[in-house]
Amino acid sequence: MNEIALLIAATLASGTPVALAGLGLLLNEKAGVLNLGAEGMMLVAAVAGFAVAFHTGSDWVAMGAGALAGMAMALAFGWLVIWLGTNQYATGLALSLIGGGLSAFVGLGYVGKKLSERTVFDIPGLADLPFVGPAFFRQHPMTYIAIVATLAIAWFLYRSRGGLVLRAIGESPESAHFLGYRVRLIRLAAVLAGGALCGVAGAFLSVVYAPLWVEGLVAGRGWIALALTTFATWRPWRVLLGAYLFGGVTMVQFFLQGEGVEIASQLLSMLPYLATIVVLALISRNPAWIRINMPASLGRPFHPGS
Amino acid sequence: MFRLEARPQPSRAMTVASPLLALLLTAGLAALLFVLLGKNPLAGLSAYFLEPLNGRRQLTEVALKATPLILCALGLAVCYRSNVWNIGAEGQFVLGAITAGGLALWMTSVGFKASAWIITPLILAAGALGGMAWAAIVAFLRDRFNASEILVSLMLVYVAQQLLNYLVFVTWKDPKGFSMPHTPTFDAATWLPNLVPQSRLHVGALVALVLVAVFWAFIFRSWRGFQLQVGGLSPAAARYAGFSARAALWTALLVSGAMAGLAGAMEAAGPLRQLTPYVSTGYGFTAIIVCFVGRLHPVGILFSGVLLSMFLIGGELGQSRLGLPNALTGVFQGLLLFLLLACDTLIAYRVRWVGAVPAGGAGR
Repeated sequence: MNEIALLIAATLASGTPVALAGLGLLLNEKAGVLNLGAEGMMLVAAVAGFAVAFHTGSDWVAMGAGALAGMAMALAFGWLVIWLGTNQYATGLALSLIGGGLSAFVGLGYVGKKLSERTVFDIPGLADLPFVGPAFFRQHPMTYIAIVATLAIAWFLYRSRGGLVLRAIGESPESAHFLGYRVRLIRLAAVLAGGALCGVAGAFLSVVYAPLWVEGLVAGRGWIALALTTFATWRPWRVLLGAYLFGGVTMVQFFLQGEGVEIASQLLSMLPYLATIVVLALISRNPAWIRINMPASLGRPFHPGS
Repeated sequence: MFRLEARPQPSRAMTVASPLLALLLTAGLAALLFVLLGKNPLAGLSAYFLEPLNGRRQLTEVALKATPLILCALGLAVCYRSNVWNIGAEGQFVLGAITAGGLALWMTSVGFKASAWIITPLILAAGALGGMAWAAIVAFLRDRFNASEILVSLMLVYVAQQLLNYLVFVTWKDPKGFSMPHTPTFDAATWLPNLVPQSRLHVGALVALVLVAVFWAFIFRSWRGFQLQVGGLSPAAARYAGFSARAALWTALLVSGAMAGLAGAMEAAGPLRQLTPYVSTGYGFTAIIVCFVGRLHPVGILFSGVLLSMFLIGGELGQSRLGLPNALTGVFQGLLLFLLLACDTLIAYRVRWVGAVPAGGAGR
């Protein structure tokens, strides 16, 4: 019973960074921009966050640094794809590759370094409840912030005027342009917001989840977050659920090993990636379903006045 | 205020000049970075751009590392020209190394002896089939389930790496290797024949050269190549002409999988002669850059493959001679692609000075 509670807790912690990144990418894609550079942004933010946490000892300053690092990367990407009209796939890939190289280079001095003692975050009263306490109420505050962020983004997208404009731009940038909206600036804002969320996710990984820095720490979570937006058919709550599903699959391997199941750890490590492929195939199976839900201008550049 | 103005026609000169411009900018930023790191920028640039071409040893090493890059990039060029976004050449490379290495291990264990004329093609074919099989998963899921080839091919990179880990840590582990994770060394009969004595350069480099010509003919002179390109440029036109999009998808993925697998086989049976967890040092990802810098053109890829290989050798030289971190290579590679994409804007646009812009006129 206690093990199950710990498994639930670990699942929530493991799903949180993927959820944050997925929500950021959701904002990008709702505005019609596909950023394949998530992995690179997360890596650079992870190393920036780790460095800042190492020198200041503050998780929160570190997450802020991660957000800024993610936004800086997103700015470069946004300028290329939104103003220069470069191919979004190729530019995103370039961002991922540059992020991999840059993080490895900057992180050289931080490999093997330890962060200061981790603080325990217990919610008074609730954390001591049997089962429910260890399962849900001994999390880093970021876990709850991710849930609040989901709520906020869902509200923004579907209940606010700003969200309506953002979605309109994602569906038809031409129409939004003729209505007088500054399509390129709004797209850039969405890209920057996405970069910030991916950045927080990266910093969370290196500062709270791991907590350490090694080259390639993000281990494909940026790509999984990208897959998540499709899984979720571009709905915020489904992004969160998908992220927890991924977190659960990641954690099940440790659980199985703890139970003495005789499967090589290398084979179990494939599980999150295989699960992503299977779910992606199942959800994408119906092209009409994807077409209805996908922002219509996704991946398409927009030139005003053309 | 500068403004981008559409050219009436894409500039052919800029198509060629853009990679050179990007290279120049990368070198400039690299020099700046060397200064920031407290190194002599000229010595740094020389390590990356001159010394890799200096002397027989370095030249053979450049050719050795250019070989897998060129092979993977040739296959990717077919994909990207058909608008199929295979970004998992790394995984297909690893699978090629696994299948070719598996065959070499089997030959080693049964004492299989034959002429290199028989063994080498068998090993290379095993690698190509392995890479093809891995890419076929991507094609199948795209074709049958409409799953994004970008995400599936990338996820399979991680799966392939774990499969390799499993084999070298468990199934094929060298019993005499103590705790080191690697397979036994392959029997000498399975090694790729050497091309230049006292070097690691193998016949794979020649195969790559031949394939550059083959791919040029395939892309620009064959009916199937033409169909693929039409499908990539305009899916509607291809549908109207009756070219099958499914056939294009399968062809592009199988061809690129085979090429990446071939490169993996050469790495295993060439310089490594055994399997370790570190069979690939990111060739499959670097090849994406090679492909774009080479303008998705086989001859361009030949040059850019050599260039990016010089970056790899330069990274090693910079580390051993100047104490520069090898990780810089990754930064320069990414930077080159990023700057190239920015410079490519000049193909379709020219930059015009339009003077001060009235308020509210810009930015829309």
